[in-house]
This record gives sequence, structure tokens and C-alpha cells, in this order.
Amino acid sequence: MTTSPSEHGAPPGSTGDDPPCDLAVVGAGPAGLAAAVTAAGLGLNVMLLDAGERPGGQYYRHPAPGLRAARPQALHHHWHVFARLERRLRAHTTTGRLRHLPGHHVWTVLPEQPAETRQSAPAPAPVWRLHAVADEGPGAGSEDGGESPVTVRAHTVLLATGAYERQLPFPGWTLPGVVGAGGAQAMLKSGLVLPGRRTVVAGSGPLLLAVAAALAAAGGTVPAVVEAADYPSYAHRPAALLRNPGKLAEGAAHGATLLRHGVRLLTRHAVTAAHGTARVQAVTVERLDRDWRPLPGSARRIPCDALATGHGLVPQLELATALGCATLRTADGTPALDLDGEQRTSVPGVWSAGETGGIGGAELALAEGELAAYSVARALRGTRLPPRAAVLRGRRDRLRAFGEAMATVHRPGVGWTAWLDDATHVCRCEEVPAGAIREAAGELGARDARTVKLLTRAGMGWCQGRMCGPAVACLAGAEPAPDRRPLSCPVPLGHLAALPGAGPPAQAPPPPQPPAPADR
Amino acid sequence: MTTTPARLVRADPGPPYEITFDGRPVPALPGQSIAAALWAAGILAWRTTRDSGAPRGAFCGIGACHDCLATVNGRPNRRACLVPARPGDVITTQKGTGHDDLAV
Ligand SMILES: Cc1cc2nc3c(=O)[nH]c(=O)nc-3n(C[C@H](O)[C@@H](O)[C@H](O)COP(=O)(O)OP(=O)(O)OC[C@H]3O[C@@H](n4cnc5c(N)ncnc54)[C@H](O)[C@@H]3O)c2cc1C
Ligand code: FES
Repeated sequence: MTTSPSEHGAPPGSTGDDPPCDLAVVGAGPAGLAAAVTAAGLGLNVMLLDAGERPGGQYYRHPAPGLRAARPQALHHHWHVFARLERRLRAHTTTGRLRHLPGHHVWTVLPEQPAETRQSAPAPAPVWRLHAVADEGPGAGSEDGGESPVTVRAHTVLLATGAYERQLPFPGWTLPGVVGAGGAQAMLKSGLVLPGRRTVVAGSGPLLLAVAAALAAAGGTVPAVVEAADYPSYAHRPAALLRNPGKLAEGAAHGATLLRHGVRLLTRHAVTAAHGTARVQAVTVERLDRDWRPLPGSARRIPCDALATGHGLVPQLELATALGCATLRTADGTPALDLDGEQRTSVPGVWSAGETGGIGGAELALAEGELAAYSVARALRGTRLPPRAAVLRGRRDRLRAFGEAMATVHRPGVGWTAWLDDATHVCRCEEVPAGAIREAAGELGARDARTVKLLTRAGMGWCQGRMCGPAVACLAGAEPAPDRRPLSCPVPLGHLAALPGAGPPAQAPPPPQPPAPADR
Repeated sequence: MTTTPARLVRADPGPPYEITFDGRPVPALPGQSIAAALWAAGILAWRTTRDSGAPRGAFCGIGACHDCLATVNGRPNRRACLVPARPGDVITTQKGTGHDDLAV
């Protein structure tokens, strides 16, 4: 029994019965793209699956062809790098070495031979089955937007699933006009639209500067960038900064854009409330102490019609954790994959590259993706790592150090929870107020996000805790746990029923059964 | 001339086509998602929540939060930030969420 693609749009050869390809890459961001084209160049047969319609991931997100943008590079640094990757992608697609499946969300990866795969001896390469839904896009799902199931078999897997934005709630954050900072950037890059005319950009992390610079360059007014951390504290990490002149140049370029547009940068400040009824009309900004606790008497209001907010990024790990890949904690307490010098996870046959190994940016993702491809080729073909691998490793170590320095500076201070009042909805999907979560963590004794979820439904909605997970963990007094989601995305029940009946592999969780939250 | 995102990247899309939102005509540029077309028309909310009936629209912009669910041509629960706008699309405000046939 295998899944079968519908007649619409599902690529030929993805019924789950075809011979396995050499490498399946999940994610066509900088990491996955670099890995896929490098591996194809080394002669491997590669399948590249990505939830998005166009390659590029978050960093190289770009306008749909229909918008006919003559200068997409105006919204990107290093556009030429992407242009080159895309050319190679097209070339390898033409020869058939590489198959790119856009609009395919992989919801689980399962080993076919669970018993043999854990020996470190040179056992035959295992076969992995990647189950995806081909959805919602013109190139993938059916005409009416229905999803079709697709299964890909592969000898090795590279997980390059990137990151999502960490959100820390505050009163008013569910108002229309309050959008994720990365979300505003994504909507601008792909749809050429702004959330409003006057957009305050707030939260923490270097992405805020990139977002503010893009919004301002695209004609938006940015009254202020509100950063909870203290930029001068970068000065305490001179080594990592000085070894990464490219990163400094990028920061300086954003800084110059902000200066040119008269954008104020308020460090050690936070937006602690958004005001309005049908949409945001103003925000309250307060000065913070070292722990991100608002200082009494420092509140002021900034009128605006949009707020772009985010507090750093969180690696997207559910496919990896379901496979049993080991994780570690990065400098800001966030779980990331534990990878070796060749980007191998702790599970033989599974590699990872990019933000999944810790937040570090596009340049790092490119280096890791390429390095992983050499390692996969070595494992499958017994070839030696080329001298270039050492260069990439050096680059990776340097950029990882930079990422760690950034994570330390922008690590959320424990005092941020003082922004919340008890009525603030922490879980956007299920509308669970902070008061209920505090009660679960206090009187009811919940010590982690999972228990809070069972008690309050926080994290049980459609986003599966991506929006509230870090905040809920913090309110429960725990470090955030590695992502665990039985399914990486909502999946039609019919597709689950069609999974091969062989039963779950040793390292995978039991077959997903949580019924969808009932409609009340 | 004021800067716009389209001018910044020198976009030269074909003529806009029309979709409707709760009966009101909204122009969409070829290639834009439904959410992008609505944002361009100044519309930021196209869903109300199940419990409090609060208005919501696009939040994460990348298909992760499901806050942007809209009813498109009668089909509920479409992520407006991902679904491309097509000529004549009929978008209506979605009240609550129908979890019907999906497992999460
Ligand atoms: C919303 C957002 C906006 C960002 N904008 C910027 C920016 O403007 N500038 C900047 O410097 N950095 C930005 N970043 C940071 C970003 O993480 C980059 O550093 C870079 O894109 C990371 O590359 P990557 O290859 O590791 O992951 P990504 O670029 O995130 O690529 C991951 C890819 O995997 C796909 N994917 C994930 N899970 C699955 C699955 N289960 N099945 C199929 N496909 C899957 C995604 O669709 C995506 O295309 C942004 C991050 C986010 C979350
Ligand atoms: S805006 Fe988050 S899923 Fe569409």
C-alpha cells in the first residue's frame, strides 16, 4: 500500500515505488539550494522538495514572475549569488540530475529499514521515505487548490528546513496591522506590499535592521526601530565581530539606509503594547532594564498604522526530532541540531544545514549546504572530501561563532513577561490568555510547555505552537524544548490513512493521532 | 515621485485584475497572493476568531501561523499568504475556523 499522487500536478515518479534517489533535500533556501546543486554537480541524483512555490527560502524570497520585477536585487544583498544558484538549479534540472518539487510540504520522513540503520558499520545505505503534501499552488496542487499526497524515496536526506520567527507576546499583538517582522519582509519581497504607511519595527535581533531598511527603501515610513537588546554589548564580543567583516558590512549597509531615511534606533526599548480596535493605531514603547523589564515612568506612545515585530529566529526541527536527531542548546537557549564537522546529524543517513543547526544567516547556510553535499557524496560514493571542504569548514566555524555572539546579545531577557497582562492572548490560535498559562504554571504545577498545552490548549491550534511555543515555555519557567510535532503541517486525514501499514520505525514517534481540535 | 515597492524593483506587471472581498472589488497584480492584494487595498483583516470573534489577517507571511485563513471561492481555510490571487476570485471573511478534515 503506498500513497499515490493525484492526476493533478503531482510529479511523475513520486508514487513511492520508484527506485530511491541518492539524496533528498528538504528546503530550497540558501542551505538546501547550495546542497542540491553541489550534489547534482558531483553526479548524485537529487530531489529537492520545498514548501514554497519558488526556490530561495526566506533570504532569497523574491517577487512572483507575474510581477515582472526588473531589479529584484533592490530588496536583496548578494542577489548575484542566488542568480548563480538558480542557473545551476535550472541546468541540473534540464539534465535530469536534479528534480525540484516546489509547493511540496514534507510532513514526515520515515526510514524503510529501521533495524539496520543504526549500526555505524558500512551497512547498505538505508532508504528513507519522505511524505509530502503538494499544496495550494498553481504548479503543485490541483486546480481547486486541493492537496495531493506525494512520496519520495531516497538513500540520504538533507534537512534544510530553516527557521521561523520567535514571537514574544504583548497586549495588542493580535490586532490587525501587527505582523511578524520576517512576515512583513516576506510579504514585501514576494508580493511587493507594505503592511501600512507608518510601520514601527520592534523586537530583537539583526533581522529587524534588515526589515526596517527594506520597508524604508520601499517607500514606507519607519518611525522607529525598537530593539530590546543593547547594541553596544556587541563590543563585548570583538573577536567574532572582527573575524566577520562581511557581516559588519551588511549591518553597516542597513544602518546607512536607516540613517538616510531618518529612522530612529531605540536600543534597550520594547513595544510593550499595541493600541487600536479594528487595527493598530499606536504603540507604547518603554525603556527596559538589563533583563528586559520595563522601567516605570518611561512609557511613550508612537502613532503608527502597522507594527512589524519579532524576537529572533528559532530552528525548525520537527522533521529531525521525529527521526531522533540529537539536539543541543545554542547561546540563547534555543534548541538546534547537534551536527558534526561534515553536517551529519546523529542519525546515520541524515544530514542538515543552515538555520536548523543554529541561527547564523544566509552566508553560513550556503557554506553548510555545500559542505554537506561533499559529505553525502563521500558517504555514497566513497570519494574523498575535496580541499574546498576545509575552506568551507573554516568559513562555517567563523560564521557560527558570529551567530553565537549574536544569540548571546539578543537572548530574550527574563523580564519580558512583565509586558503581559493576564488578558493578553499568548496562544493566537486558541486564544489562551496569559492568566490561564500562569495559573497552569503556578497553582497547577505545569513545568513545561507540553503540560501547559494539555491544561490550557496553548499550542494546540493550527500553527502547532510555532507562534506561542517559546513564550509558553518561558511562562512555564522552562527552556524551550526542541520542536516536536507529529506532522510538520496540517495534513488531510486521507493522506495519513494511506501511510504504509508497516508500523512506525523505532526512532519515529507513534503514528500521529491527535484529532484536530474540535470546533466549539 | 514617491517610492513604492513596485517602483523600487522596477516591476512591470500586466494590468491588475479584479477579485472581490466580501463583495467589494479589489485589484490584484498578476503573481500576488490573496493576502498581498488585500494588503495593497488597505485590508488587513479577513477572518474572525472562533472564541472572541476578533479580527485577524496575515501575521507570519510565510504559511506558518494560519492566522490568514480566508474563504476563497467558497472553500474555507485557505492560507491567503500562500494562495495566488486569480481573476474573479471571491474572497469572504472567514468566521471561526473549520478544522474539519485536517490533522495537526
Ligand atoms: C520570515 C523570515 C524572513 C527572513 N528574512 C530575512 C531577510 O530578509 N534577511 C536575512 O538576512 N535573513 C532573513 N531571514 C533569516 C533566514 O533564516 C536566513 O538566514 C536564511 O534564509 C536561512 O537559510 P536556510 O537555507 O537555513 O533556511 P530558509 O531560507 O528558511 O529555507 C528553508 C526552506 O525550507 C522550506 N521548508 C521548511 N520546512 C519544510 C518542510 N517540512 N517541507 C518542505 N519544505 C520545507 C521552507 O519553505 C524554506 O523554503 C528570515 C527568516 C524568516 C523566518
Ligand atoms: S500569514 Fe501566517 S499562514 Fe499566512
